[in-house]
Amino acid sequence: MNRVAQSALLFLLGATLLHAGTTDLYLRYVKAGLRPLVLLAGVVLIATAAATLWYDHRRPGPPQPEHHHNEPRISWLLALPVLALILVAPPALGSYSASHTGTALTKPFGFPDLPDSPDGPLRLGVADYAGRAVYDDGRSLRDRELQITGFVTLDRSGAPYLVRMGLNCCAADAQPVKIALTGSLPPVLAPDTWLEITGRYTPRRTKDPVNDGPIPYLEVTRAKPVPAPHDPYDETWNA
Amino acid sequence: MATTKPAPRETGETPGEETPGNETPRNETPGNETPGNTKPAPGNGLGAGPGGGPGAGPEDGPEDGPEDGRHLNPPLLLTLLLLTAVMLQDPVRAALSAPVMQSWTTVFVAVMVQALPFLVLGVLLSAAIAVFVPPSFFARALPKRPALAVPVAGAAGAVLPGCECASVPVAGALVRRGVTPAAALAFLLSAPAINPIVLTATAVAFPGEPTMVLARFVASLLVACAMGWLWHRLGRMDWLRPPAGTSYEGQSRAAAFWGSVRHDVMHAGGFLVVGAMAAATLKAVVPAEWLRAAAGNPVLSVLALAALAVLLSICSEADAFVAASLTQFSLTARLTFLVVGPMIDLKLFAMQAGTFGRAFALRFAPATFALAVVVSALTGTVLL
Repeated sequence: MNRVAQSALLFLLGATLLHAGTTDLYLRYVKAGLRPLVLLAGVVLIATAAATLWYDHRRPGPPQPEHHHNEPRISWLLALPVLALILVAPPALGSYSASHTGTALTKPFGFPDLPDSPDGPLRLGVADYAGRAVYDDGRSLRDRELQITGFVTLDRSGAPYLVRMGLNCCAADAQPVKIALTGSLPPVLAPDTWLEITGRYTPRRTKDPVNDGPIPYLEVTRAKPVPAPHDPYDETWNA
Repeated sequence: MATTKPAPRETGETPGEETPGNETPRNETPGNETPGNTKPAPGNGLGAGPGGGPGAGPEDGPEDGPEDGRHLNPPLLLTLLLLTAVMLQDPVRAALSAPVMQSWTTVFVAVMVQALPFLVLGVLLSAAIAVFVPPSFFARALPKRPALAVPVAGAAGAVLPGCECASVPVAGALVRRGVTPAAALAFLLSAPAINPIVLTATAVAFPGEPTMVLARFVASLLVACAMGWLWHRLGRMDWLRPPAGTSYEGQSRAAAFWGSVRHDVMHAGGFLVVGAMAAATLKAVVPAEWLRAAAGNPVLSVLALAALAVLLSICSEADAFVAASLTQFSLTARLTFLVVGPMIDLKLFAMQAGTFGRAFALRFAPATFALAVVVSALTGTVLL
């Protein structure tokens, strides 16, 4: 690969990172906090492409001898992430990964009091509900109407779960927290559908078939399909 | 600014090329040259030998020749590749729409988007070391005796905030700047594991186990120093891809800096792609049930998590959270995961092979793995 092709590839890679960083695309793959670094890397890559062309242009003499400065063929592989991001833009991890990974529920540091919600149900995160239900025996959840948003995952027997994936760093380490659903559910549940579930705490529990992790149940009273949230991953837990 | 006629062209490439420098003329056997780069070039004798010499690694040598011979124009090739991809995007999307493939692509892209910024930071730092820090600085900063320089360099790893993608190019630049390889390797191994960001993440991930942080620090530093000393005793310079001899004379610092950045991104980036593909494949293929089966046996669980650390190639800033979620395993097994992961994994192996040469990586990686497993098992037994 000669200098011109290298700078073209560096430019494409930088532009792709800038594209991902300036839109919400990057949120499908990494934590929101990485955004400045992604943008910075895009700028540096584009600057490198420009500098390569600039110094290549200014070098005296015929271009012939530079042939032995070519980079190895493995550099061509850098075209793959560009193509994958621009052409395919794979979706955030969903029910496939969730059903193959055990619930990552860990004991929370504490259980702060939940606020009053006089006009309607109380909004809770999936991990917040599961943590309180499992490790606090649902003390703060009893007799309250709750509203939780997540996507649907079915296990091998077809039992439905409401799931939210959490990230520590990037989607390679994404882990789900699951809530099993019971009560009045829609007759057909498609995996990966985002649902806003209104329901009540129930002391019933089950175990994740993958890692024996604890999964609490939620008694559903109403399930409403909603669009996928702006950031598909839950970044409130293990932040 | 390029100043003199042939000199800039040659010396400008020296830092980047894996060509044997002046000090290794015995490697320059013309028989290995490909037809494309045996053309007499003005100034070839100045610094770096012709590219594609035996030290350049198998992937460097043969590639120039055929391309020159066929007069294939790389920019044209890139354009054709992009156009083909755009035309075929519907079949490609359809092929990738199966859940397994979708999750593979997502993990692959995620590893790239996560690692590239850190790779770029490491490459900038290594270019700065290569261009702006004189070799005499390292000669003064590190003890003269390699046996003493190893622990100093290992402890200095604590100041490089980042994950392992950054430490490979930096260690490469240290070797090129004349730091004894034993010390540079100790730095390479310790930096991703014992820097403050990673230790803080470990403390957050294991709220009930403060000794985990101490154990990780101690075990990682021990392995890094032990590998440095081992290299000092047993290592041979000809396993290491020879660093370029002279560098950057007759070339402006800015040109040298950007040349180094370009070269390192192209090299390490290509190997990063290989590592990301391997990690995505294993993440999509290895069933979680296997882990459950291994967790029951204390010896097997240590080995299983060590192997998992190698296969998953998780960034060292995040691996503590993954280890914390592997609750079915003992703390010692999880410590092994945390010590092995930042030192050797698929992504790192590919990048080390790209920076230091395949002969080096094939010897260094298994030794690191074995030592890291033993040391962390011992540390875990004593401390946890």
